Amino acid sequence: MKGTVWQRLDFVARNLAPFLVSLCLVVASVIPLRLPHASFIVPALALMAVYYWGLHRNDLLPAPAIFFIGILQDILSGGSIGVNALIFLVAYGICVSQRRFFYGKAFLVVWWGFMVVAAAALIIEWAINVAITETIISPGPAYYKYLATIALYPVVAWLFARIQRTLPVVE
Amino acid sequence: MAKRPESFQRVAAPLRAMAQRFAFLFLLVAAGGVLLAGKADPKIFDRTRMVVTDTLAPVLDALSRPIATWAAIVDEVQYLTDLREQNTTLRAENTRLVQWHTVARNLAAENERLRGLLRFVPDQSSQFISARVIADSGGTFVRSMLVNAGQRDGVRKGLPVVIGEGLIGRVVDIGDRASRILLIDDLNSRIPVVVGPDRERAVLVGDNSRRPKLMYLAANAQVRQGARIMTSGQGGVFPPGIPVGVVAFIDANGVRAESFVTNSDLEYVRIIDYGLTGALDDDRRDGIAKEF
Repeated sequence: MKGTVWQRLDFVARNLAPFLVSLCLVVASVIPLRLPHASFIVPALALMAVYYWGLHRNDLLPAPAIFFIGILQDILSGGSIGVNALIFLVAYGICVSQRRFFYGKAFLVVWWGFMVVAAAALIIEWAINVAITETIISPGPAYYKYLATIALYPVVAWLFARIQRTLPVVE
Repeated sequence: MAKRPESFQRVAAPLRAMAQRFAFLFLLVAAGGVLLAGKADPKIFDRTRMVVTDTLAPVLDALSRPIATWAAIVDEVQYLTDLREQNTTLRAENTRLVQWHTVARNLAAENERLRGLLRFVPDQSSQFISARVIADSGGTFVRSMLVNAGQRDGVRKGLPVVIGEGLIGRVVDIGDRASRILLIDDLNSRIPVVVGPDRERAVLVGDNSRRPKLMYLAANAQVRQGARIMTSGQGGVFPPGIPVGVVAFIDANGVRAESFVTNSDLEYVRIIDYGLTGALDDDRRDGIAKEF
């Protein structure tokens, strides 16, 4: 292997960055913001990570990592375990299969793609929750969550893009 | 020899792609399986859930502190800007409260006398555990939060959780140093209550909206907007008399309540131990089930 131990360690740490950032976003999404009514409109932060890395560097965020992130989100948010794992995997599947289409496209196109994926994810989440609780849940909160999520995506994507620039490239 | 890696690549690449696809499908099925298993027996993942939560509790605790400080600064600025107006309101309120204070003292004295006459047995004394909110569920489909007090602080499953004004929820999961509180506007929350001065019985049902529903009111119940809602103590989970909220509005679809959860900035909560072992005490329920 080339390079010193430190260089190799640095290489591994950089490759782990997408996964660690995703974990941080899961934790960040449950931190109480203490703003009035804020708890009703918390954006789906981890979904942004799943979408971004699924499109741009799915080699660094493989399916088992997505599953793990989803389970952690379920545990911390107190919801039924498996819901987010399933949704993230579905979103990830869409991203990986469509990444050729989005390759090299303008940010607006990628953002539009996120709007579609996030809508699908939240509709599935709502449907699963309706099925689990066997009651019709008002879709209002999910709608606000959707708006907050797509509105915040450019900021988070900008952050991801900065991280991506520091990542080692594989041919 | 030179060709070998290339031919290896030719065989390995599709194999790897297939393995990845297989792993993806396997995980998808696994997620679905976990979901169904959790639906069949909600207690199956309780331990995992609390072990993970307990492990992450110190991290969440540390992270929630700077946010709290920031919120305190915002509050301070807001407070300073409204100082004048607040002062006027408080003066007016103070005058009114002094009158109420006299009334309350008279009533307390009278109550004491009457209790003496009746040989009234007072309620059991209660203990408080104060805890800090360290995580919030996000609230789209679940209304719950984590606090930094657990079994080692004396928290038990089913204990009511209050803030200054009144009830906000109850403890549903306990770890060693953290516990989860189900808020009263969650879909799974059902609280027996009494409404208004006539003490009409009802059940406060959370439906994930800001205003929980009041259900099972008697057909001839007289409920007015603004009437106070308190726990009735039925079922033995909550002690009677904890304020829960007020009636927000009444329309064709039913009666909605304004709870104390929605508009509150929840940082610290109090978990009350009244020494009740209610319907939510799983160990006791399992014990009873075994006896039969």
